[in-house]
Amino acid sequence: MKKVMMGNHAISYGATLARVQVIAAYPITPQTQVVELLSEIVADQRLKAEFIKVESEHSAMAACIGASSAGARAFTATSSQGLALMHELLHWSAGARLPIVMANINRAMAPPWNIWTDQNDSLSQRDTGWMQFYCQSNQEVLDTVIMAYKVAEKVLMPVMIVLDAFSLSHTYEIVDLPDQAVVDKYLPPFDYQYKLDVKNPHTYGGLTTPEWYMEFRIKMHEAMDQALVEIKKEADVFEKAFGRRYDTVDPYMMEDAETVLVTSGTAASTARFTVDQLRAQGKKVGNLRMRVLRPFPFADVRAQLKNAKKVIVIDRNISFGYHGIWAQEVKSALYGHSQVPVFNFIAGLGGRDIFPETISDIVALVDKKKKPDQELYWVEVKR
Amino acid sequence: MAKERKKIDFKKLDELPPMVMSLRSMAANPTGSWRNLKPVIDLGNCIQCTICWKFCPDAAIDLVDDNPVVNLDFCKGCGICAEECPKKCIQMVKEGK
Repeated sequence: MKKVMMGNHAISYGATLARVQVIAAYPITPQTQVVELLSEIVADQRLKAEFIKVESEHSAMAACIGASSAGARAFTATSSQGLALMHELLHWSAGARLPIVMANINRAMAPPWNIWTDQNDSLSQRDTGWMQFYCQSNQEVLDTVIMAYKVAEKVLMPVMIVLDAFSLSHTYEIVDLPDQAVVDKYLPPFDYQYKLDVKNPHTYGGLTTPEWYMEFRIKMHEAMDQALVEIKKEADVFEKAFGRRYDTVDPYMMEDAETVLVTSGTAASTARFTVDQLRAQGKKVGNLRMRVLRPFPFADVRAQLKNAKKVIVIDRNISFGYHGIWAQEVKSALYGHSQVPVFNFIAGLGGRDIFPETISDIVALVDKKKKPDQELYWVEVKR
Repeated sequence: MAKERKKIDFKKLDELPPMVMSLRSMAANPTGSWRNLKPVIDLGNCIQCTICWKFCPDAAIDLVDDNPVVNLDFCKGCGICAEECPKKCIQMVKEGK
């Protein structure tokens, strides 16, 4: 069934179709409609789930940890300061190997107070052990919620689904709602081997001495390696079931591209519009949309950028005193494998629009340079 | 009462569960050895409201025939039970006295 819906509601419908059993959430702009609709769906008994109203995002994730430990499929959603408040429990949920799925609507970190899109909130959680999937359409958002549980429950690591505030969260698009029966077949109920059980009590997460702590960290890292295998596998399985394909990266006009625009989130759609315009002028430009941040798809990124003459990474985020965060990731993947110059542009922070002209101006600037003469370039700044 | 303690004896990575887990419940792990004060309950004034049992952040109050009984295997002597008791029938007493 096709339905016109906002990105936030695509998350709610995705969670409903995934038959989540516990939802614990605290409202924050621009995430509010996600849990608003879910609370209605639960109240109307269209989904058999516990909806737990909590007093903070820290408590929301704590409740998800409890629910997941008891073997329930747990879900939450947040944004920005809310995600930051969860930080401690992001480490805990990943370390406890709980396959929780959360949606994070990218919103700028304060101060200055700002509710618009910016990736610093989710990217700041890069090293917590959460997988991160960045979406560019409402259909992808809905599909990714379903796929996320599949991958998470296979490798026992949590997943964060990331989408841009307003430019996706509040934008209405046509979304194909898959049949529940098809989703049920694709995503069987969560059967958690290590769930809390009063009949067979265990204590989890207790004090672990230096003698064994590292081994648990290796296990998390290996689970992430396995997650990459599972994501690649699910690209096929999901496509077979639903007719739509999602891989670690999403290439556009890359076959003969000499200049590659690396983007993530909704900036990719704008980049593609610009690529079409530049192609019409005979410029060999392509777009590589980064979909998965963790586990990082080293092989796919290297393969896609193998023939590029120039790589432009557009970051809607900044690691102060360093680069944009996607640029760091891409450069690190290419180091020792490629000599291609990587130009890093910081654009669209705090929800400033990234227009097709923003991107064509970036390409025009890069056209004039053999290699970067600055660590990074700020775009359209009032100097 | 502390149950039997099972020792976990892993030799290598492959034998480990994904996250650290003991093969027993925390009931078998007494943690009440470093207390300075201990609660003493005067059951003569107790109204069996179970507030001490509810407020104890550990498992240091058991209910035996509806009466609260202190389980010193887990009590750290925080005094929350004494503070919250509406009848003030729990006294915190120095250990060793």
